Amino acid sequence: MAQRIRLQIARYRPEQESEATFDEYEVPYTKEMAVLDGLNFVKDRLDGTLAYRWSCRMGICGSCGMTVNGEPKLTCATFLGDYAPGPLRVEPLRNFPVIRDLIVDIGDFMRKLVRVKPWIVRSAEKPIAGGEYLQTPEQLEEYKPFSMCINCMLCYSACPIYGLDPKFIGPAAIALAQRYNLDNRDEGSADRMEVLSEHEGIWGCTFVGECTKVCPKHVDPAGAIQRYKLTAAIDSMKAFFAPRGA
Amino acid sequence: MLRRHPEPLLWMLFSAGGVVSGMLMPVLVLLFGVAYPLGVVDAPTYDGLRALVANPIAALVLFTLCALSFLHWAHRFRHTLYDGLQIKHLNEVIAVVSYGVALVGSGVAAYLLWQLS
Amino acid sequence: MEQTHTYGDTPYHPRWLRRRVSTYWWLWKPAYLRFILREGSCMFVGWFTVYLLLLLAALLEGPLAYELFLAWSATPAVLIVNVVTLGFVVFHAITFFQAAPQAMVVRLGRARVAPQTVLLGHYAGWVVVSAVVAFFLLGA
Repeated sequence: MAQRIRLQIARYRPEQESEATFDEYEVPYTKEMAVLDGLNFVKDRLDGTLAYRWSCRMGICGSCGMTVNGEPKLTCATFLGDYAPGPLRVEPLRNFPVIRDLIVDIGDFMRKLVRVKPWIVRSAEKPIAGGEYLQTPEQLEEYKPFSMCINCMLCYSACPIYGLDPKFIGPAAIALAQRYNLDNRDEGSADRMEVLSEHEGIWGCTFVGECTKVCPKHVDPAGAIQRYKLTAAIDSMKAFFAPRGA
Repeated sequence: MLRRHPEPLLWMLFSAGGVVSGMLMPVLVLLFGVAYPLGVVDAPTYDGLRALVANPIAALVLFTLCALSFLHWAHRFRHTLYDGLQIKHLNEVIAVVSYGVALVGSGVAAYLLWQLS
Repeated sequence: MEQTHTYGDTPYHPRWLRRRVSTYWWLWKPAYLRFILREGSCMFVGWFTVYLLLLLAALLEGPLAYELFLAWSATPAVLIVNVVTLGFVVFHAITFFQAAPQAMVVRLGRARVAPQTVLLGHYAGWVVVSAVVAFFLLGA
């Protein structure tokens, strides 16, 4: 016989209510069941009206991020058994507008992401006959940790600065900018600096450091931002002392 | 081309101030703030301390410590008011006042050390 | 679409639920409180810098002013403030040095120096600087 745990799930039904409320459900669980499995149990067996996002169930699609007992988590990688005997609170990600129940609007992040050009920028492409762009294992290692980001937005949810100032471009976008800046094939760092050297770019960050702690992929956005600040500061010193120099 | 912002410079000064104050202040607070007043160790004599401060290297270290610590304070103070208390509408006033105080403080430090040398 | 009021970078939508961050957000969890205490340490850094300037001013004025400064520094109120200052300044030093390896990548030749080594380097520097300062001050 499986054990049972109580889930308190945040509900927001804009056609009925103007504030979020909590509905409580009791679900059976075994030790391999994630919070997402609990939500699926609710949806399939108890209350089909519950709305939430999920896809891969294996920590790679980044769509099932929610606030579990106050902490931003991927619900597919957070286990019910760890919260026994409950009750366990599941809320939508913080710092984003809630569309319904556990679903938030991610448009802001998507627009910010594009602004930092998270792709390889080249001033001139090599002809195909010129062969591939070679990269040594050391060069790969430079940016690889930052390339693990799955855009789950847990870092935005953990970041009080983003909560306070929604114009702040945010942890994941900066980490992804760094991922391409540090790639030896890329030539777009000056373009990205335009966006990131704004006050709402890297300088808005005061290094709370929670983004790094909640990242399910160990990306270290906080480190990326501080490194970026150092680079930007050194660049601007160089520009100051050698204004027209190389 | 990069747009000119004061932020990189202010951040550099803030960071330098963080390192310098982190390295020097704990021992100075321990001695001047706690150990001497409590009499755990004898405070330096007037002549001894005056001679020490008159040393150009010591004076330079002290000036660096004071100026960078003030700038470190100004930067953090401004950001904490901005984030912690959400008084963004006063951001510019706060910035001018904080960095202004830091500059005046650095000026006072320079004057005192100059007179003591 | 843009003429209606917007909230941050997300366009206004009549049916979306938005919550403002409380002014007391830093009380929400221990990590946020630690952050605000870390930032607050700057007030003590500032205070002690002023204290140093007062000491220098007393030195400039003469032996009597210096004696008065020492007596003032031993009054309970000042002493308590300075004990608290010591705590915050040490906390500031530790947190600042801990952040250093995250912010800078140190290289020796082609190899990246391990973050722990960068951190240890800062602590070693701290010990050496403290020892040098203590040596000169205790000898004065």
